[in-house]
Amino acid sequence: MAERTVLDVQSVVKRFGGLLAVDQLSFAVRQNEVLGLIGPNGSGKTTVLNLISGVFKPTTGDIYLDDRLISDRPARHIARAGVGRTFQLVRILPSLTVLENVMAGAVFGHKRLWGREARKYAERQLERVGMAHAMGMATAALTYIDEKRVELARALASDPRVLLLDEWLAGLNPTELQTGIALIRSLREEGRSIVLVEHVMDAIRSLCDRCVVMSGGVKIAEGAPAETLADREVIRAYLGDEDA
Amino acid sequence: MSRAEIRSLTLAAAAFALLAFLPFLKDSGYLLSVSVSIAMYTVLATSWALFSGPTHYISLATAAFYGLGAYVVAAGIGAISYPLLLALAGTAGAVLALAVGVTTLRLTGVYFVIFTLGLAELIRQVVTWVQNNLTGSRGMYVFTEITERIIYWELLGLAALVYLVGWLVARSRLGFALHIIGNDELVAAHVGINSAAAKLILFVISGVFAAVVGAVMAPRYTYIEPSIVYSPELSFQVVIMALLGGAHRLWGPLVGVIPFALLWELIAARFPTQTVLLLGVAFLLIVYLIPHGVVGRIEFALERLRWGTRRG
Repeated sequence: MAERTVLDVQSVVKRFGGLLAVDQLSFAVRQNEVLGLIGPNGSGKTTVLNLISGVFKPTTGDIYLDDRLISDRPARHIARAGVGRTFQLVRILPSLTVLENVMAGAVFGHKRLWGREARKYAERQLERVGMAHAMGMATAALTYIDEKRVELARALASDPRVLLLDEWLAGLNPTELQTGIALIRSLREEGRSIVLVEHVMDAIRSLCDRCVVMSGGVKIAEGAPAETLADREVIRAYLGDEDA
Repeated sequence: MSRAEIRSLTLAAAAFALLAFLPFLKDSGYLLSVSVSIAMYTVLATSWALFSGPTHYISLATAAFYGLGAYVVAAGIGAISYPLLLALAGTAGAVLALAVGVTTLRLTGVYFVIFTLGLAELIRQVVTWVQNNLTGSRGMYVFTEITERIIYWELLGLAALVYLVGWLVARSRLGFALHIIGNDELVAAHVGINSAAAKLILFVISGVFAAVVGAVMAPRYTYIEPSIVYSPELSFQVVIMALLGGAHRLWGPLVGVIPFALLWELIAARFPTQTVLLLGVAFLLIVYLIPHGVVGRIEFALERLRWGTRRG
């Protein structure tokens, strides 16, 4: 039996002045599903995440979370409704400790915990991403990879139904990549829906249930990873005409 | 409440109790007058930092609120009881802060700074115009029985209140939210924070304090006119003192207020015509040399010391 649709993107268009960044894009993400959003640089993937999380409003089109229209709402309402995310360029809160960075997700999200409860909850998220040792540390001492983990822990601290990961696996070494993939898989098994913008092909093949391929703001393919990655038009979009 | 918190609260209460006895000292005239000005700047700079410290929004509107409070007292004295006037001044400050906040907190960086500076100047010009054209006088007299001692106690009470409010805010969700907003507004929105509301609440709190300080200070002037109570110099002084001490800690501004207020007494007496120039120089020096204030410097040094000993 197919799982129910959690996130539904309906004919979304986003224009920035004369630039058409996303054109008539539609896709749905079901519960327990990892959807890979792939495509060459500049194809509009990050813009799509920004539209879902509420950084931008769609020019036209709608986005629904559990049948609730969220694309008219500001980012803070979308976050409280259960959408969490990480950013392509990691956004750590520099003057807060590692633990406080993660607590930020638990205090104001739809969890709304406070005090000891929030702290404990945040600690458990840090353990989960393998950063338990860094709890009291200042963020300045973190490596890039650890910053990414802390950012994921912050997103998890809001207990999101939909998690948007923007190239979260980029820059990991092979061992870290395996850990990262296992972590994302475990998040799916908890019943979360995950939208993964990613360039690491290994991760896409082993993690994604389905892929949406974008090029120039348009969806050019959708389906199981193996099929979509073999699609002629997808290869052309990535590599150019001669190699297709 | 933790043991450390109870200890610092007790210490603070003891310090305030001790300071309350200052007017009973023999020949306390000069000391009292300096203390009034230190207490006044402490309340203004600390309440300014409640908003600007975490959000990094530099407001130059202190004089607008201060002048408003002073004018409420000048207009109502004789007709309305003084405590009621203080409450009215606070309310007027809140209303003005709400109106300004709703329209300007969307502005960021230098636009916000310029707007707040312009606002204070606009209000000054309007009040001047109204007085010149409608009342036929340039200023107003404030005759009361209120002595400098009473003003000092009032300011001391306000200082205690501003610390209490700051302490409560810092412990609350609101304080945590402001901290996040000051770091990254995009992240703040994405963890579910209503940035506009959080900033507005703190802006109103600081506006109320500045207005009440203006009202408390009004009897000290005897004669009030716009160029005195709406002086942009006041707004700059408050910013400089808060930054000198360190706006990121509740007690930071105090560290800047004490030396600066003393120095200013000296400068105003020796070089009365160069005050604005010296104010500008002080501003530049602080921003370039100690961007996180004296407190920031001390914390940095302590941190290095701690790391040093851990390594060694």
